[in-house]
Amino acid sequence: MRPEALAALVEVLEHAPGNPSGQHRWAREARRRLDDARDGIAGLLGVEPGGIVFTSGGTEADNLAIRGVLGASGGAALCSAIEHHAVLDVVHASGGGTVAVDSAGRLDLDHLADELAADPRISLVSVLLANNEIGTIQDLDAVADVLDRARPTHPDGLLLHTDAVAAAAWVDVAALAERADLITISGHKVGGPKGIGVLAVRDGVELAPLLLGGGQERERRSGTPDVGGAVALGAALAVTARDRITVVQRVEEQAERLVAGLTAAVDHVRPTVPARSAPGVANIVHLSCREVDSEPLLFLLDEAGVAASAGSSCASGALEPSHVVDALGVAPDWAPGALRLSLGWCTTDDEIDHALAVIPAAIAQLRPTAEPAA
Amino acid sequence: MMSGGVDSSVAAALLRDQGHEVVGVTLKLWGGESDSGCCSVSDVDDARRVADALGLVHHVFNFGDAFTEHVVAPYAADHGAGRTPNPCIECNRHIKFAAVDERARALGFDAVATGHHARIAVRPDGTRRIARGADAAKDQSYVLHMLDQEQLARTLLPLGGMQKDDVRALAAELGLRTAGKPDSQDVCFITKATGRGSFLDRRIPLTPGRVVDGDGREVGSVSAVELVTVGQRKGLGLAGGGAPRYAVDVDIPSATVTVGSKRDLLVTEQPVTGLRWSTGPVDGPLLVQVSAHGTPAPARLVDAGDGHATVVWADPQRRVAAGQSVVAYQGDEVVAGATAI
Repeated sequence: MRPEALAALVEVLEHAPGNPSGQHRWAREARRRLDDARDGIAGLLGVEPGGIVFTSGGTEADNLAIRGVLGASGGAALCSAIEHHAVLDVVHASGGGTVAVDSAGRLDLDHLADELAADPRISLVSVLLANNEIGTIQDLDAVADVLDRARPTHPDGLLLHTDAVAAAAWVDVAALAERADLITISGHKVGGPKGIGVLAVRDGVELAPLLLGGGQERERRSGTPDVGGAVALGAALAVTARDRITVVQRVEEQAERLVAGLTAAVDHVRPTVPARSAPGVANIVHLSCREVDSEPLLFLLDEAGVAASAGSSCASGALEPSHVVDALGVAPDWAPGALRLSLGWCTTDDEIDHALAVIPAAIAQLRPTAEPAA
Repeated sequence: MMSGGVDSSVAAALLRDQGHEVVGVTLKLWGGESDSGCCSVSDVDDARRVADALGLVHHVFNFGDAFTEHVVAPYAADHGAGRTPNPCIECNRHIKFAAVDERARALGFDAVATGHHARIAVRPDGTRRIARGADAAKDQSYVLHMLDQEQLARTLLPLGGMQKDDVRALAAELGLRTAGKPDSQDVCFITKATGRGSFLDRRIPLTPGRVVDGDGREVGSVSAVELVTVGQRKGLGLAGGGAPRYAVDVDIPSATVTVGSKRDLLVTEQPVTGLRWSTGPVDGPLLVQVSAHGTPAPARLVDAGDGHATVVWADPQRRVAAGQSVVAYQGDEVVAGATAI
C-alpha cells in the first residue's frame, strides 16, 4: 500500500468517523472527504464527479456495469475471451458470449464485428484495458470504432465497458479509455486498500442498481460508503499518476532484466507474449516454461521467498488452469508451465536479483532430468 | 496429506512434535458437484485452519486431472463392465502414493505422511510390509495393500499404533477444530443427494436387466444391471416372502442378474488377477480379506504366474464381486494383494 493511501485511510478513521449521509457536522466532515476523493478520481479517470460510484471492489464494479446496464436497457452482453472472471462469469451468466484474441492477447476486431452483426440484442461490450495475467493492453479506440459502426443496428444501444483494474496504475486511463462508457478500477491494484473499487460512468448511462437500500451513490449503490477506503483509493491513484512516468520506466527496466536473465539462464523458458508483439503494462512478466508444472514451481518459489502466480485460484485455494493462457492458444507443452511475476512501484533491484537467483534453480530442480534434491 | 479430517490433523501434529519439518498439503481431486468427503471447500478450510493452529505451512495441490483419469473414469468404466471397483484404493495407488509422492520427491521432501490407521512393519532383512493398525475397528491396511518397497520406505503412518479414541482425545487436547468431526465414509466424488446411480447415468449407458433364478426363470427386474453387485440382496425387484435371495452372478452383455440362495453364493476358490506379493511369495495358510472392513478368512494363495492366482478358501466363502481388492495377511502383515475377477 502506498504510504500516502495508508495515511489518508488512518486520517479518515481517526478524524472523520461520521456517516456522510447524515445531517450533522460530523457527517459533513466525512462527506467533504468523500466528495474530495470523488472529484480527484473523476479527474484522473476523465469522467464527471457524479459518474463515480464507489463499490466494494473491482468485482462489484464489473457486476454493476454489466448487470446494471442490462437491467436498465435490456439486451445482452459480449466480452473478450481473456476477461477477468468478474466480467467473464457475469457475461456468461447473462447468456452472453466471448470474442477471440490473437496469440498476443489482442482482441480480434473482425470477430467482434461479426458477433455484433449476428446479434442485434447485444447492448454492452466489455473489454478489459490491460489483462491481469499477461498485461496486454487493448486498443479501446479501435474497439469503440467497431461499436460505432454497429450501433445503428442495436436498438437497445451499445455501450463499452472496460475493466481497467490491472491497467490503472500503469497507464493513463483517462486517455486510453476515453471512449469507454463505463470504467472499473480497484483500490488494491493502485496501491490503495482492498475492499474498495470504483465504477466510473459517463453522463447519460443508466444503471439498474445491484443493491437496494438507502439509495447512496445517486441510487446506484446503496450502503453507507466506505469513506476511508474511498479517500485512500483517491490518494493512491493521485500519487500513482504523479509518479507514473518514473515508476513505469524503472519497472520496465526491472521487468526486462528479469525476462532477459531468466530466458538466458534457463532453457525452454520464454515470454508468453513475445516482447513488443503487443503493448502491455510494465509490471507483468508472464513466462511459459516447458517440462515444468506451475503448481510445484510456485511451491518452491514460495519457499525461496518469491511470491509468484500462474492461473487463478478456485474456492479451495487450488490452482486452476488459466482461461487466458488457453485463449492465447499456447502450445500444450508450454501451457502447464505458466509463471506470472508481478512487479510493483516498490519492487527493488535486489528483489529482481533474488528472483534471478532462485527461479532457475527451482525450474532445474523440477525438470525430469534434474537430480533428486538432497 | 491433510484431508481436513481428525486423523490427518493429529498425524501432522505428531510429526511436528517429533521434530519433522512438516508441510501440510490438501489435495483438490474433484471439481464436480460433490461437496462432501475429501474434496470439499469446507474440508480444505479445516485442513488449513488445523495447519495454522499447528504453525505449519499449508498448500492445496490440484490433482484433479489425474484423479479424473485414474480414479473417476475407471470407476465408471468398471461399472460398465460389470465390476465393482474400490475408488479409494485406486486413489491411493495412482494419486496419493504415486503422483503426490512423485511431486513430494521433486520438491525435496523425504517422506509423505497420511493419517491412515495402519502400520509399516520393518522385517529383519530390512524389507517392509503394511500391517494392521492398532485399532482393529479402524484398521485401513486393506486400502494400502498396494504400496511397494520404495513407497513404503518413503511413507510415514504416525497413527498406526494409536486407538481412534486416543486420536480424538489428542486432537481435543491440542484444541484442533477437527477433534469431533465425523469419519468420512462415502466415495468422495459422489454426493449423498444424487447417489451412485445418477453419477454413473451421466457417464455410462445404464441397461435395464432381467433377474432370473438358477433355472433361468424370470423372477424380477432391475433398472440398471451395471449397478448390481454380486452378493447384493436388496433392489432386485423380487417378490417378498421365502428365503432371502442374493445376486450370485451379473452378466452385462445379456443384461441378466442371476439370483440364488446364500448357499449359491458360496465358493471354495476365488480367481484373482494383478497379484503382487509384498516381499515375495508366502506359502502356507494366510488370512484373506475381501472388503475394507470385512472379516478375514483362512485360505491359501496359489500363484499361477503373470499376476494370476487363486484364493483357495479353507471353508467356503461368499463369492467376491469382480473388481474388489483381495488382500492376504500373515498375522497382521499384508503379504499380497490382488483383484477379484
